[in-house]
Amino acid sequence: MATEVTPEPTDEVLTRLQERFPGAVEAAPEPYEGLIVARDHLVDVATFLRDEMGYAYLSDVVGVDYPEEVNGLPPRFEVVYHLFRPVGGPLTLHVHADRENPVVPSLVPVFPSANFQEREAWDLVGIRFEGHPDLRRILLWDGFDGHPLRKDWHEVYYEEEKKPFGSRWPEGHPVMAESRTPLGRNLRYPPGWSPEDWRPTTDPWGYRPHDEVAEQKNPAMPVDRVVLNMGPHHPSTHGVLRLLATLEGERIQKLEPMLGFLHRCHEKIGERNTWLGNIPYTDRLDYVCSMTNNWPYVLAVEKLMGVEVPERAEYIRVIMGEFTRFLNHAVSVGFMCNDLGIYFTVMLYALEEREFILDLFEMTAGSRMMCNYMRFGGVAHDMTEEAVALARELAFERLPRFIDKVDAYLTENEIFRARTVGVGVLPPEQAVAYGCTGPLLRGSGVPYDIRRADPYSIYDEFDFEIITAPDGDVYSRYLVRLGEMRESLRILQQALNRLPDGPVMAGKKKATVKVPPGESYGRIEAPKGELGFYIVSDGSPNPYRYHIRAPSFVNLGVMGELCRGHLIADVVIILASIDITLGEVDR
Amino acid sequence: MYASLHLVKSLGITFRRFVETYVDDLRWFFKGGFGARYRPDTLPIRQSPTKSRGIFTVQYPAERLPLPERFRGFPFLIEEEGKLRCTACGTCARVCPPQCIWIVRASDPETGKPLREPAEFYIDISICMQCGFCAEFCPFDAIKMGHEIEIAAFDREKDLLLDLERLRKPLSYHAQIHPTEYAAEQEKKQARAAARARK
Ligand code: SF4
Ligand code: SF4
Repeated sequence: MATEVTPEPTDEVLTRLQERFPGAVEAAPEPYEGLIVARDHLVDVATFLRDEMGYAYLSDVVGVDYPEEVNGLPPRFEVVYHLFRPVGGPLTLHVHADRENPVVPSLVPVFPSANFQEREAWDLVGIRFEGHPDLRRILLWDGFDGHPLRKDWHEVYYEEEKKPFGSRWPEGHPVMAESRTPLGRNLRYPPGWSPEDWRPTTDPWGYRPHDEVAEQKNPAMPVDRVVLNMGPHHPSTHGVLRLLATLEGERIQKLEPMLGFLHRCHEKIGERNTWLGNIPYTDRLDYVCSMTNNWPYVLAVEKLMGVEVPERAEYIRVIMGEFTRFLNHAVSVGFMCNDLGIYFTVMLYALEEREFILDLFEMTAGSRMMCNYMRFGGVAHDMTEEAVALARELAFERLPRFIDKVDAYLTENEIFRARTVGVGVLPPEQAVAYGCTGPLLRGSGVPYDIRRADPYSIYDEFDFEIITAPDGDVYSRYLVRLGEMRESLRILQQALNRLPDGPVMAGKKKATVKVPPGESYGRIEAPKGELGFYIVSDGSPNPYRYHIRAPSFVNLGVMGELCRGHLIADVVIILASIDITLGEVDR
Repeated sequence: MYASLHLVKSLGITFRRFVETYVDDLRWFFKGGFGARYRPDTLPIRQSPTKSRGIFTVQYPAERLPLPERFRGFPFLIEEEGKLRCTACGTCARVCPPQCIWIVRASDPETGKPLREPAEFYIDISICMQCGFCAEFCPFDAIKMGHEIEIAAFDREKDLLLDLERLRKPLSYHAQIHPTEYAAEQEKKQARAAARARK
């Protein structure tokens, strides 16, 4: 039920921290938010915040490169952390690092969720994390030249620092991007490096940690030890994901996801783009739920701009968001059944329902999957009467029947239960420590849902439950998804019944928006978990920093733990129950 | 025996669906003869959220679902009475997120002053992400999203880099695929003309 939300004033945290660590913490100057923490005290401060102030949840780690003075602060590297308590908004910590030798202590010992994200910050921005257990590149390959999110790094097809490019108008003669490099290849090697002479000194394929796994021979039944690569092209990884596993017989000893096959440096593209131009790019993150990808981004920018969204637009956003959640969970359950060997039956039932929802999106936004629907201050088009009628038909009649059908089909089914109950158990403490969100977290019995914990939009006006299931196994996650679909329909029914009239945009749609300098973190409860956008504006027409905290990416961090000791056949189901989209993992 | 009860139930659900398809086929047969279920006029019923039963497939490309008016295909330029509406203002080239619009503004051959029309206009639809921003932000309603989707081609530069000739589409095409929008445009135009006449 609705909890009373009391956002923690950062001042109070600051007072307590200053008492405890004199001189180590100060308030961040305008236009930044939160606190600046001295590098040497970071681990202590984080431990204190976690153990004594209740900030148990590290959601986001971002590296930012400031080669010049921006917004009144000197040149530096910066790492920004967003911490959360069970209710309320973020506590933002800034840690500054030298320009010459950017090193920051690692927070992995305090928050295991920092593991992947610190590796990402090292990979893309080039900030070292001292004490990180395994600081390797994560999205790019070992021979990659440089750290792309540094401001002085240029891609191979580099044209200009910022869009719009001057060469397009008024003298726009088309040039193909490929013609800018000799063989048309989008590839550059580090200076003095050639693929022929390259003898890896590091461990580019990641096998070394697997050599060190202790052998656990069972004397009763001697089995072989195998290192197995699952993927990058494996039908049940739902994209290009490589899972590197050490097996003892058929049991997993160690498993590690290797990412980055779909990496396109979305964040660099985003920093070249205009504010507006990023909206259609967010569609391509989690391509199953593009509506909920637009949302946190416009939310973050709206926060900085300080625009009010008209009520009808908020309702439409909620309607679209909840349809997206339904669609995602339906498809996710369907694909999980595919991975279990219940080939295509449930999945095609789910896809059939999805078709209708996509029809609705197409009718309203103009596209089935790449909706590009939300704008700063509203939505792009109003819902037509036809669309509202279809939405009503779906929310009141069609979709409830689908849930009942899946429920009858799977919930008590013996084979389904035999494969899912007790598989991939995630204890609640571990789920929080690893920064898991979404159905993965709630399937472990933690009732954390941003729609309630830190309400955005108009979610505080609706009556719905946070669904949890206690056991933390694959079956629990399935139950959570099923329950959430029902709750989504409840929200949809309320929203459609109360849909007000009025404008859907605040003011006129503008091609160039003015975003005042500052930083903001917008997050929503996306179907897969917390989707957050961290943006920094320096007042120019393009974002200075644009970072995505993708739920699939962070949730995947716990994959290795979940699989340990399970059979190789269970890996597929565990992966399906985490519910990832590679477009969002690799960005 | 209990242990397999739910299995039977699950199988029942699949089986019912299987039967439904054939029952529906038969029903359509009695109503409209052989293949009635697969005629274009019955497609909306087969695909309706409340009336559809059993099989749901659309036999593409023999059958096609109608595209809604707002559907975003690839952009085209509207030609009205032999003249493009476009004034080469450059707004679309600026908002285009992947920067796939190139415009050369025409200039007066004698004075060299820029004219309000494009001399060349290119859209690389192999890069276009169909976001629709160009149509959304064009101040002159000159560029709109068409409804073509089948654009497979062999040569990227030759076939997918559209120039002014291939981008130009008559107003009637716009009126046909965007009826509501077109009607609203006409209404606005008439209102403006009426206001001018009153003055
Ligand atoms: S199509 Fe529209 S926005 Fe683009 S240049 Fe022409 S008038 Fe301007
Ligand atoms: S639809 Fe979008 S990507 Fe395509 S030309 Fe228009 S603005 Fe550019």
